[in-house]
Amino acid sequence: MIDTEPETELETAIAAAGRRFSPQVSPPVLAGADISYVVEDVAVGRLLLAARRDGTLLTSAYVPDDAEADALLDRLARRVSPGVLRGGNALDTARRQLDEYLAGRRRSFELATDTVLATPFQQTVLDRLARDVGYGTTTSYGALATAIGRPSASRAVGAALGANPLCIVLPCHRVVASSGALTGYAGGVEAKRHLLNLERAAA
Amino acid sequence: VSLPPFQRLVDAHWRDVARFAHALAGPVDGDDVAQQAWTQALAAYPRLRSSANLRGWLLTITARCATDAHRGRARRPAPVGDVSGVVAAGHDPSDPAAGAALDAAASPDDPLWTAVRDLPERQRTAVALRYVADLDHAAVARALDTTPAATRRLVSDALGTLRTRLADVPDPTDLPETSKETVR
Repeated sequence: MIDTEPETELETAIAAAGRRFSPQVSPPVLAGADISYVVEDVAVGRLLLAARRDGTLLTSAYVPDDAEADALLDRLARRVSPGVLRGGNALDTARRQLDEYLAGRRRSFELATDTVLATPFQQTVLDRLARDVGYGTTTSYGALATAIGRPSASRAVGAALGANPLCIVLPCHRVVASSGALTGYAGGVEAKRHLLNLERAAA
Repeated sequence: VSLPPFQRLVDAHWRDVARFAHALAGPVDGDDVAQQAWTQALAAYPRLRSSANLRGWLLTITARCATDAHRGRARRPAPVGDVSGVVAAGHDPSDPAAGAALDAAASPDDPLWTAVRDLPERQRTAVALRYVADLDHAAVARALDTTPAATRRLVSDALGTLRTRLADVPDPTDLPETSKETVR
């Protein structure tokens, strides 16, 4: 059987009556999502921070507009879990450490991180970066490529850094052209300059 | 299956879920039912096998929570004569005036919806899922763990009861516009 019969007046009236309810309520407050996120305006731009339930940080990514934020949330839903909710306190520690860093009061992050959104090559590059390039210093794409044993892969290294899901926390802003020029950065060259100046001043 | 981030469901459907919970459970239990529905939906969501009709899925969960609230209330020892009447109106039967005020706040004096609330539980749920949530008979049947044929019987029995009840209203000219039409 298929629903082909036209609705009677009674059926139409029931639908209308049911829709007239307008309870004065606010959105539900929910806890226990697999992934919590916040979108936050900080000194260098608009960041989407996302963490697992245990606080492991998955993203700290620049999202200049809502479309970029939505696209990143879609990736998290596909790759990690669709149980993605705004808010929650899983991000409290990461937010506090970021604030401290941006105020020049913190030189390294003590956060559990997971680069699940990165490819294996990107992970290799990001791991090396986090280990070798400390606060207040810089390196070049070529030097980082050599450090991972792929001296001719400086362009691929640049692309891998450009796809960094954990900006600032994994310091891709510390990688500059061999001439010393500030080249591309996910948050824009101005943000990169701001972060390098901040570290130079505090170092 | 590629499911959207759960937050997008909340943003798109929280008003719908709240309205549906209030329509089924009444003004007293409506908020709890909606909250419970969201909690259950969040827990079940990552294991969901299809992203088709997520609104229907949410409203089905809401209907089940309303049924649970209804049964919980029926089990509680209370000065209750007619259980379906109490839950339907969502108020203490010993104080009809207060109840009427609450109902009026939720849905401006609507004899048709009052009659829907007075239906037996499964008929009421079937009618709400069919006409308010706008699910087809197959989806309503899944929500009620029954067959589409049984769902059709539930709905047609309910419509029959509603026609009779509304025809019994003494003076149809007192009814609001929409209900007057249905009495014809």
